[in-house]
Amino acid sequence: MSTSLTATPPQDISSTRWRRATEEPAWIRLTLITLALTFVTLFLVLPLTVVLYGAFERGIGVWWAAVQDPDALSAIRLTLLIVAIVVPLNTVFGIAAAWAIAKFEFRGKPVLISLIDMPFAISPVVVGLIFVILFGSQGWLGPWLAAHDLRIIFAVPGIVIVIAFGTLPFIARELIPLMQQQGKEEEEASLTLGANGWKTFWYVTLPNIKWGLIYGVILCNARAMGEFGAVAVVSGRIRGETNTMPLHIEVLYNEYMFTAAFAVSSLLTGLALVTIIIKSMVEWQEERRQRIAAT
Amino acid sequence: MSITLAKRRVIPGFGLTMGFTLLYMGLVFLIPVGAFLLYTTTMSWETFWSAITQRQVVASYKLSFGGSLIAATINLVFGALVAWVLVRYRFPGRRVVDALVDLPFALPTAVAGIALVTLYASTGWVGQYLEIFGIRVAYTQLGVVVALTYIGLPFVVRTVQPVLEDLEAEWEEASASLGAGRLTTLRRVIFPALLPALLTGYALAFARALGEYGSVVFISGNLPFRTEITPLLIVSKAEQYDYHGAAAIGTVMLLAAFSMLLVINGLQWWAGRRHA
Amino acid sequence: MNAFHPSTQWPLSKLVAVALLGGAVFTTTLGLPAIAHAESEHVELLNVSYDPTREFYREYNELFADHWQQARGQTVSVRQSHGGSGSQGRAVVDGIDADVVTLALAYDIDALHDRAELIPADWQSRLPYNSSPYTSTIVLLVRDGNPKNIQGWEDLARDDVDVITPNPKTSGGARWNFLALWGYGLEQFDGDEQQTFDFVQQVFENVPVLDSGARGATNTFVQRRLGDVLLAWENEAILSVEQLGKGDFEIVVPEQSILAEPPVAVVDANVDRKGTREAAEAYLEYLYSEEAQQLAAKHYYRPRSEDVLAEHIDAFPSLELFTIDDVFGGWQSAQARFFNDGGVFDEILEAINAQ
Repeated sequence: MSTSLTATPPQDISSTRWRRATEEPAWIRLTLITLALTFVTLFLVLPLTVVLYGAFERGIGVWWAAVQDPDALSAIRLTLLIVAIVVPLNTVFGIAAAWAIAKFEFRGKPVLISLIDMPFAISPVVVGLIFVILFGSQGWLGPWLAAHDLRIIFAVPGIVIVIAFGTLPFIARELIPLMQQQGKEEEEASLTLGANGWKTFWYVTLPNIKWGLIYGVILCNARAMGEFGAVAVVSGRIRGETNTMPLHIEVLYNEYMFTAAFAVSSLLTGLALVTIIIKSMVEWQEERRQRIAAT
Repeated sequence: MSITLAKRRVIPGFGLTMGFTLLYMGLVFLIPVGAFLLYTTTMSWETFWSAITQRQVVASYKLSFGGSLIAATINLVFGALVAWVLVRYRFPGRRVVDALVDLPFALPTAVAGIALVTLYASTGWVGQYLEIFGIRVAYTQLGVVVALTYIGLPFVVRTVQPVLEDLEAEWEEASASLGAGRLTTLRRVIFPALLPALLTGYALAFARALGEYGSVVFISGNLPFRTEITPLLIVSKAEQYDYHGAAAIGTVMLLAAFSMLLVINGLQWWAGRRHA
Repeated sequence: MNAFHPSTQWPLSKLVAVALLGGAVFTTTLGLPAIAHAESEHVELLNVSYDPTREFYREYNELFADHWQQARGQTVSVRQSHGGSGSQGRAVVDGIDADVVTLALAYDIDALHDRAELIPADWQSRLPYNSSPYTSTIVLLVRDGNPKNIQGWEDLARDDVDVITPNPKTSGGARWNFLALWGYGLEQFDGDEQQTFDFVQQVFENVPVLDSGARGATNTFVQRRLGDVLLAWENEAILSVEQLGKGDFEIVVPEQSILAEPPVAVVDANVDRKGTREAAEAYLEYLYSEEAQQLAAKHYYRPRSEDVLAEHIDAFPSLELFTIDDVFGGWQSAQARFFNDGGVFDEILEAINAQ
């Protein structure tokens, strides 16, 4: 939010030999930056490079063919459909939960927060198992569902539920600390000035949490697209029907079509990262506008 | 912070937001998880106990808990470092690195596993150089730690980053003008402010690592007693139609992760109240 | 706090509103029950299969569609699902509405009767040859030039040999591997169980990675270049040589091995509910036709038809094959004795760990 506060002053250290008391000597800064970049390279840059290299190793034509394959297209469609359902639901949930937790005091708050975190902690494998035990035809609700010709697992609804389950905390997790830190003075001022609750939320709270919200949506979106373990259990892997993009990638890999597998992976990564890049650009613009306004 | 310990609630919407929160959580995961726990109670205590204390299972706990602990610790140190560097310093490519931090959320875990094993296998880009020093990553316990570090990486960075951004420079300046050295300031001023975020990030990274499956199975040797993680055993049990055994082990994992989160969130809540 | 621009709040709020609306629309569409698609001129089948059959069934589905069009004037489209044999069988038990299953071993199809009453107990006698229209066996895939000079099963126990095989607990192919190894041991040691146990234990001491499925093991061996020998289905081994690296690998055919019979079955409960029995049965019966047998041979499965096999005899070297029924008394007893929790495989793991 307030990056402008901590942005380095325009002075260049090497040329002025002047250093603020809250800054480290140049050699420490260099060491820290090098260490951080090495870590980032080993764990983030190189894996991404492997994916991109694998995807484009045999030229853009092969990449395009892999992405254009009917099974790939159906996987992309399914993934986008699921994201379109899950992300809005989790957004409303995240805002509601953050509002209730940040603006009010009540007993058992740590328990509620821990419960919201819980989907992070449950193994995808267990998530899949839970829904098979519940909705499988040998499961508790299975016979009833079968009698009413309703399908949950091995169909789209099952995939939607496990992904909603797995990505539920992202937006709430982003907003809760932010709204807690912002307190409730601004809302209270707005309310005492006569605005109603919705208006206050719309004109006071929402602009304040804008960046956190966007960021949470981006993460939720990325995770929803990439979810694998739990989906693998409940999808049934029917080609062109219940294969999401991650499952389709696994199919391709298992068919020894490595280039195609990496091609679809790169597309998935692109879809997830493009939102992050847009966010970075908007942030940068905003920062620059503020800096210009300040001078 | 909160001078307004309002006796009267000015802000509306508690019923609505809390209602929706509980309803949605209930439908999506509280009821399913509850049913799952209920399912484990349909087995006798002896069956449950023997399922979760088989020697192969206990060996997998050691690897899963130990590996997650190490991975979360690595993430604690390097995550804090990355967050610090991203917020405090300006260098070319900073925005790219900032965007990349979320990659482990975006890339499907299976793809991540394949990419990591491609890198760290003894024929891989990185692995062939490590091999010279006699370090083997792929198919060893070290490989498990690498995968778990990768998937938990964003948590610490992303919890610490906003706090660091909001940390008022005045406090550090005051500390410095009072004659404190940079290290003292770091220890006495910055570290305490970051501690809650660090703990949260640590807990989340640990909990996530504990349950990870997709990426680990590619880079681990999956050998029972040596490189077999607990989630893999759950899959293996389910594969043999031993849903009870799978559910029993799953329950252990679930309770372990949940108590970890509860302790951390409880600590934070308690610390927050003390400060208020 | 700092950036309160009236101009920036509208796009966001609009975005949220649109997103919510979109979500709501999608949810309601989803809520609609699946529309029945049982028109008389078109029939749709779901074939739930295991990993190595992808290429074969992709071609077979077209072949059958042509055949069925000519025979009945009905168009048929076959949807495919592939995965590990055990988990695919489990998915059918748990409710995926497969019309036919084509899995790696009979035990996985037995579960459809034992656990869910989807098929009768005698399912395997409904089609010729134990309901297995094609067979395969377990062979050894080694690196080019056979640098470790691996000639047969006995070499796998050598200290200088690394063996790649998937985990028998999760992979059907791995169970065939294990039983082939055990069957060889019994033969070699004149039926001495203890010596056989020690031999198989020695082999598993040489295993550095236990992948969860056959394709994963192949990738470990071929892509990661780990191990000296891969135990694999014959069809998978030939496919690896043809597709993944001509000149990089060689197949060593041991003197004797197990006859692997991947069976097929119509899922009665599902086809009766969906009214697809006629097409589903024809789909499986046609696997025994001349054309389909040729196709199976093309994808390196050993055809049942003597004529077709004779035509491709170069591709399938002859070796002594024993069956699971003769040596192990069928899948039910083999599974219980070797692979269930506490079985022989677990004992071997314990013994290795105790060292």
